[in-house]
Amino acid sequence: MNDLVLNLFRLGFLVLIWLLVLSIVGAMRRDLVIGTRARTGAPSARALKKNPELAEPEISTRKAVHTLQIVEGPLAGRSIPLQGQPILFGRAQDATVVLEDDYASGRHARLFPQGSRWFIEDLGSTNGTFVGDSQLTRAQPVEPGQRIRIGKTVLELKA
Amino acid sequence: MSELHTAPVPRRNLELVLLLLALSVGAAAFFLVGSSSDSDDTKDFFVQTGVLAGLALLLHIMLRIFAKYADPVILPITVALNALGLAMIHRIDLAKTTSQSMRQLLWTAIAVIIAAIVLWAIRDHRVLRRFTYIALLASIILLLLPMIPGFGVTINGARIWVRLGAFSMQPGELAKITLSIFFAGYLSSNRDLILMAGRKIGPLQLPRRRDMAPMVVAWILSIGVLVVQRDLGSSILFFGLFIVMIYVATARISWVLIGLLMVAAGGVFAATTMSHVTRRVDVWLNAFDPEIYQARGGSMQIVEGLFGMADGGLFGTGLGEGSPYRVPLANSDMIIASFGEELGLIGLTAIILLYMLLISRGLRAALGSRDTFGKLLAAGLSFTLGLQCIVIIGGVTRLIPLTGLATPFMAAGGSSLLANWIIISLLLMISHNSRRPMTGGVGPTDEIATPGATTPKAVKNV
Repeated sequence: MNDLVLNLFRLGFLVLIWLLVLSIVGAMRRDLVIGTRARTGAPSARALKKNPELAEPEISTRKAVHTLQIVEGPLAGRSIPLQGQPILFGRAQDATVVLEDDYASGRHARLFPQGSRWFIEDLGSTNGTFVGDSQLTRAQPVEPGQRIRIGKTVLELKA
Repeated sequence: MSELHTAPVPRRNLELVLLLLALSVGAAAFFLVGSSSDSDDTKDFFVQTGVLAGLALLLHIMLRIFAKYADPVILPITVALNALGLAMIHRIDLAKTTSQSMRQLLWTAIAVIIAAIVLWAIRDHRVLRRFTYIALLASIILLLLPMIPGFGVTINGARIWVRLGAFSMQPGELAKITLSIFFAGYLSSNRDLILMAGRKIGPLQLPRRRDMAPMVVAWILSIGVLVVQRDLGSSILFFGLFIVMIYVATARISWVLIGLLMVAAGGVFAATTMSHVTRRVDVWLNAFDPEIYQARGGSMQIVEGLFGMADGGLFGTGLGEGSPYRVPLANSDMIIASFGEELGLIGLTAIILLYMLLISRGLRAALGSRDTFGKLLAAGLSFTLGLQCIVIIGGVTRLIPLTGLATPFMAAGGSSLLANWIIISLLLMISHNSRRPMTGGVGPTDEIATPGATTPKAVKNV
């Protein structure tokens, strides 16, 4: 094989391998943006019809939540300021809110912020955690005014 | 954590297009290697291209059926890297008249088929969480296997191999997967405990002493591997994996500092007292000293690799036109140097970019994963790939001391290929579960419902 053809092949191979790299980067270009609200491409009209939950969420008018009010139970009347840190409920001494309650587990539930909302998560407690009347099976967002029940204690978020 | 709104589009057709492009890179590499040899035998070219294309399409079809929403670029990148590795191993074979490439092709087939079976059998990565402690046990057994007399063998001074008839395996390669599963399972259950307890000193929150226990176990494990099996690379890999996973789980810089202190202590101890580590460091610092260059197990390998890469320059000598076979282990440990020589800086940059893209896709799957276990597992597995690349490429380019870790998907060696393909199938599975449209009102930190949380009647705690 003569030198010219060989050199062409050599450069051609380098071009081909870069073509692969660049097309992969191109394919995931939109996906590479990881910001506070990254999107992998705006959903098309057809995708919207199939999955309505992808629609642009309307700008929320709710106010930021600042305090956690204890409504019922041994600690009734107390309020805890929320400062963006997760809060642990339970009888264990290292919990953020120590519950003197025989119906609460040592490490009962956790309230944590995510985005602009607060979520409550049961940590495998014996008697469960309730939001309104329904028992938690997974982490669930809590709105101000909803009643969270842990043992004998009832909590509410306040704006 | 950012809220990600992903339009649930399968994107399998995009994967097919990229896969064809990756296979054409592979075919071109096989063709260039074949055409530079004197023989006109085209059988090898068709066997390699055909087998690789068949395996890639098999996995693609499996993904279409079982993991429709998996990331579309992971598979093409992996296939391209595997193909380039095969081509280079075949090229070294032709120069040295060995037959490593057929073995490697066979191992590729075994690895891809096992990856497909893993994909089919597991489906949902969350079931792996149930095997947290079994995974720990499996890791310990895998790491201890080569120590059994008569079963384990010592090759190149490291006792990390077992021999089964004609096959030899490195069970430690699989341990990086089982260890990732253990760390991910352990940390996803105990994250809150580690996060909330502990004293605060200045800006650092120090963990409690008993939360340190698993960290100490991981440290002892990696030091044990280093002392008993004399395998520096795996030791760095295991400990790095643990530091990263605990950092991802807790976002506490104090863990990283404690980990780095432990590495520094272990490193200084090893470099001053253990002869093989001392030699590695010496070879790294004084590579161009003629005495060290000529010594047995000296710097000849690294320096020849550096000369090869220098010879390749910007554009490389062209596949099959250079002389990478002059370097010992040119088809395994030093395969990056071989590529540097024949593809030049431009080609080597493309290869390193492929690795970077692959790892970034793995981390992206972690970011999008809806459960803590999946997040930690994906982060740990992609970091395993990343750390292997850093340790071996850094070693070959004399940035850090050279240690024997396999270049993922490229280096000749079946165990590493198998382990890395299983990692890819787990990453594909996690990315499928994170990109799949949500059913029902699933929260962003959805876990498997904790047993006991559904007890209907109130029970008094004692």
